[in-house]
Amino acid sequence: MLITSIGQGLLWAPLAIGVFITFRILDIPDLTTEGSFPLGAAVTVSAMLSGQSAVTASLLGFLAGCIAGWVTGVLDTKLHMPSLLAGILTMTGLYSVNMHIMGKSNVPLLDQKVLTTYLPQTWSIDLQTIVVGAIVTGVVVALLVWLFKTRLGLSLMATGNNSAMSAANGIYTDRMVIIGYMVSNGCIALSGALIAQSNGYADIGMGIGTIVIGLASVLVGEIFLRGRQIWLRLSAMVLGAIIYRFLLTVAMGLGFPVDDLKILSAGILVIVICLPILQNKYRTRQQLKRYLKQIGADEHEASNRSLNRQTSPEGLLSRDSK
Amino acid sequence: MIGNNGAGKSTLLNTIAGTLSADAGTLALAGHDVTKKPIAYRSKWLSRVFQDPKMGTAGELSVAQNLTLAQQHTGSMSLHRYHKASQTAAYQELLRPLNMGLEDRLTTQVKYLSGGQRQALSLLMATLSQPDLLLLDEHTAALDPQTSQKVMDLTQKIVTENQLTTMMITHKMSDALRYGNRLVMVQDGQIKLDVRGAEKQNLRQEDLLTLFAE
Repeated sequence: MLITSIGQGLLWAPLAIGVFITFRILDIPDLTTEGSFPLGAAVTVSAMLSGQSAVTASLLGFLAGCIAGWVTGVLDTKLHMPSLLAGILTMTGLYSVNMHIMGKSNVPLLDQKVLTTYLPQTWSIDLQTIVVGAIVTGVVVALLVWLFKTRLGLSLMATGNNSAMSAANGIYTDRMVIIGYMVSNGCIALSGALIAQSNGYADIGMGIGTIVIGLASVLVGEIFLRGRQIWLRLSAMVLGAIIYRFLLTVAMGLGFPVDDLKILSAGILVIVICLPILQNKYRTRQQLKRYLKQIGADEHEASNRSLNRQTSPEGLLSRDSK
Repeated sequence: MIGNNGAGKSTLLNTIAGTLSADAGTLALAGHDVTKKPIAYRSKWLSRVFQDPKMGTAGELSVAQNLTLAQQHTGSMSLHRYHKASQTAAYQELLRPLNMGLEDRLTTQVKYLSGGQRQALSLLMATLSQPDLLLLDEHTAALDPQTSQKVMDLTQKIVTENQLTTMMITHKMSDALRYGNRLVMVQDGQIKLDVRGAEKQNLRQEDLLTLFAE
């Protein structure tokens, strides 16, 4: 069960990383996710059915996601739409795009080679999934770690953190936001491509709930791995995706029907959002109690001292004279 | 530049910086028409320190990262690594004269600095690129009197050392009289008083107050 979760988690990890880029780096909740995830799946499966290799098809899926991100980015920055609305518009439009790409709502792969078939067939499916997931996710993480060490990456982080200051320092913030959307949705579409190959089909409905899955993975990851370095933060996303898969597998094992997984996902997200808040509140209260205790003791001491001073000036004087 | 609330000081500053677009007329910086250019483009010639210390720096980024952003104005899209070990010493040299202990905090996230430290850093960042025009938007208004004075002294030092053309908005008449070599008073969107040189030196607070009252 854990092994399966690790494999599946690694395939979902690019989604978590994509959501992390918009949500954490750019500070934008991007709903394009729900459209770019199935877009990646649709493009990849269609490309494979028309004879492209799995690698090329997956890369095409990634690029398609980048284009979707570009559209949302332009709607957001150039047409000055609220980012939530921009994402909703792209996501809605992508439904039709995905239908056109696939031709029907569910397209299965036939005997096409998927990424895992490049590996020795003697390996178990779980091992194959883990190896493919680890390689793809590893490449994505490595490229992003490199990106965020470049000046462009710094400009991206600055834009998300303080766009007024970034613009004042010569950064074209609109461009940065668009680039961020593109990289993010490229990763998300890549995740869709991997999942489609793992499932053996692309489905028009596979994007539903992906933003919740992505956000939950981001937050779960951050609960377990905290840090400022970018490689640590990205690793936290991978870990988050794996733990999230594990939680879902456990729930399925407990006998929850597949139809209930979405509400379960939503429930997990609510919990992981509330957990750190409650934790903080608890910690603050404990701290305050400790502080008040100290102050109380000190005040007590202080008033005692002043009382002493008032009542026995001679004592003080005499001590001085000694 | 002084003037009562709503006189149009900030509007003018925001128009120059590019936050607001001009309804009419042209705006030229160092001979370049920038009337319709975005903020980032104008940053080639001008820098700005905001009133709010949080505005001028990126809180999630470290002191060193903020300095990098300010120092390498061009090349914000470059794919070269931004941090080189050799820069650490250079950054420390830049920060030492601020006298705020920032040279030992290069890797600290800026959000953990005090308002005074953040504003001093903003000021340093704004002047690193040797701008043709430095805009100061009541940049000491949010600080306590002592820190405010410190930042003002620092401003005076940096501006005179680098010979920077500076435009400062202030509500403190004493600062307006003490610093700079030209004083403009704005009222209802119009320039009411524009004195420079010796004439400005002879100006006293009472004169300004009577002008304000009119």
